[in-house]
Amino acid sequence: MTLALPHAGTAPSVKRAVRRADRPARRAAFLLSLPLLAFLAIAFVVPIAALFTTAVDNPETRSVLPDTLRALAAEPSAAVPGEPVFAELAHDLARAGKARTAALLGKRLNYEIPGMRSIVMAGSRLAAASSQGPWRQKFCDSDPAWGDPALWAAIRRNGARLTPYYMLTAVDLQQTPSGGLAPVAPEQRIFLDILGRTLLVAATVTLLTLFLGYPVAYALTLAPPLLGAIMMLCILLPLWTSLLVRTTAWVVLLQSNGIINDLLIGMGLISKRLQLIFTRFGTVAAMTHIQLPFTILPIASVMRTIPVAQLRAARSLGAPPMSAFWRIYVPQTLPGVMAGCLITFILSLGYYITPALVGGPTDQMVSNFISVYINRDLNWGLASALGVVLLAVTLLIYGLFLRIVGADKLRLG
Amino acid sequence: MNAPHTLPAPPKPGSPEAIADATSFVRFERVRKSYDGIHFVVEDLNLAVRKGEFLTMLGPSGSGKTTSLMMLGGFEEPTFGHIFLGDEPVERLAPEKRNIGFVFQSYALFPHMTVAENVAFPLRYRGIKGTAAADKVAKALGMVHLGHLAARKPCQMSGGQQQRVALARALVFDPTLVLMDEPLGALDKQLREHMQVEIKQLQRMLGITMVYVTHDQSEALTMSDRIAVFNDGRVQQLAAPEMLYEQPANSFVAGFIGENNLMPATVDATEGGIATLTMGDGSRLQAPNPAGVAVGAKARLAIRPERFFIQVGDARGPLNILRGPITDMFYLGDHVRLSVAVGGDKPVVARIPVSQRRPFARGETVTLGCAVTDCRLLEG
Repeated sequence: MTLALPHAGTAPSVKRAVRRADRPARRAAFLLSLPLLAFLAIAFVVPIAALFTTAVDNPETRSVLPDTLRALAAEPSAAVPGEPVFAELAHDLARAGKARTAALLGKRLNYEIPGMRSIVMAGSRLAAASSQGPWRQKFCDSDPAWGDPALWAAIRRNGARLTPYYMLTAVDLQQTPSGGLAPVAPEQRIFLDILGRTLLVAATVTLLTLFLGYPVAYALTLAPPLLGAIMMLCILLPLWTSLLVRTTAWVVLLQSNGIINDLLIGMGLISKRLQLIFTRFGTVAAMTHIQLPFTILPIASVMRTIPVAQLRAARSLGAPPMSAFWRIYVPQTLPGVMAGCLITFILSLGYYITPALVGGPTDQMVSNFISVYINRDLNWGLASALGVVLLAVTLLIYGLFLRIVGADKLRLG
Repeated sequence: MNAPHTLPAPPKPGSPEAIADATSFVRFERVRKSYDGIHFVVEDLNLAVRKGEFLTMLGPSGSGKTTSLMMLGGFEEPTFGHIFLGDEPVERLAPEKRNIGFVFQSYALFPHMTVAENVAFPLRYRGIKGTAAADKVAKALGMVHLGHLAARKPCQMSGGQQQRVALARALVFDPTLVLMDEPLGALDKQLREHMQVEIKQLQRMLGITMVYVTHDQSEALTMSDRIAVFNDGRVQQLAAPEMLYEQPANSFVAGFIGENNLMPATVDATEGGIATLTMGDGSRLQAPNPAGVAVGAKARLAIRPERFFIQVGDARGPLNILRGPITDMFYLGDHVRLSVAVGGDKPVVARIPVSQRRPFARGETVTLGCAVTDCRLLEG
């Protein structure tokens, strides 16, 4: 028997003809997806671009001290500049005082040198109160910090349009005055710790959903149609409930006077109420519950495509049931397992409400800090930088994942 | 000449069939199978497979043939009855302990393994490792002419190649029995016919016992030593292919194997094994009566379309003559297919070789002849 296989190298003119014949269909497909593409561009690409921009944007110093910076550029080597720069500084600060923008500058410089907020505000008041120099003398008399080279290095550094400050801070690094990189002081190192915690919680939740969900997916595949439909409904039902409602339900369950504690005390298993809420346990339990359907559904959908003959074939060839399951069935479910785990892991990285309501102070994830910096501290630069770090880590893990298991091993539906 | 294997009744003790069964290799004894507790998919299966034979279970879908094969393979348990493999009852034995090679309709190759790994799979459970295993794999793949594709994954192969891999995998561990469930169903006609010959040759060369399930009668006729015709959960007849064709045990077999004209008739008299019949239109014909249909009983006269010829002049020898107008005709290259309304509810179909052909016309009255010995009287 010979089987005629199609030629590997078909003549290019034929390929061109095929492409030309396909063109109307491709164009129609493109036009049909245009609304979605437009939506994605507005709702996804633009915000992410804004995120990247905000993370490195540095407008405060440039807008508040334009003349100072220009004068400073004329004295490139001076650690502490001379009178002309101070005169421009007085001029800029007086104007900023009137425009109420001095606080912006103060806040921005305060990130890098603690105390800068009050120094800038005092300087602004000084500049508004006096009309005559010598400015260098007056500034240095009012606050010796104006004679500190570190202050002027910070102003010079922040005269640039872009700053690495937020990105460095988001990974617990700082710029030394000489321009090198160094870890921040140990007591200020929090972000790597938060990132590690976020990854740990996401990984724990992913593994738990896998261990709990895999047997459920298998049972779902084996169940007769009616039972299967009921099981599927039970799995999907939580998905149709608001995340907030489900999280609140966990608060009810976990709190000290909650159902779980009542039950355990009622059964006489414990005598003192357990601290379940505001703990890592509570966070992981609630997140696992919420994420279960996302892990189960891809696994079940892949399991459904595995013919019953596969296991039968393995048995007929001599494999005992467990061996047949592990060697033949489980490997074929890997695309679903990978897809389910990836979805759950990536979604878990971004959890915000659940850790905020059920978790303790040490269970807050990156998203919670992003929220704090946006809502409370109004430090959008750092919030954006944390967002960029989270995005980068997510993409990195996704890339690693595809690299290790192969894109063909991933079946999302 | 009613075939002795026309079960349900098991052979009487001491009869030649019972002795053949006692030396047989696989036996179904009064096996019944129901899934819902109401209907029996397999009604009453008594079947003996001889060592080294190629036995086909042939029947329409829903006739119980695949269920019977699955019970033999160990994937279904009989509701009642016993299955013997050698002398051992195996109906409760797990499939992995039966040492039976099974080829599935879908091939069931393991997609995450290469061809060689697929074929080596049964060997690891039999303690065959290293070079011994590699040798056996190479030999099995060589047997199906796929030695050069050992490193491929199943998805990179054509249906025919996958089929061969499944065959190699089912043979590599020298099973005592090989079962096949419509293994060629997914292949195109040409490849299917080629594979039929190849599987048959392999079976003969290895001297292996094979039980094969198909609904394709030409496949069954090509490959089998014996064919068990299934219908309604029972074996209608178990016989060699030519016996099934020439001497069908009942109307179902007569109609299912090849084409047949089955005409209702009443037995008037029977003498010396030859019955005289009155047909639906009142005409009288003769036919051998091997089934011993009683006088006065309803019966069917079976005549194969190719046994008719155009009768010219007077009848010579014991002939049945049917006359009627041609209602339809098709030219098919080697023969002409005529539908002739000879009375009765349906026209008879006759295949007249082209060498006998003279120009026929629709509506023309023809005289069909048929030797009495080519007719067959059946109950029903």
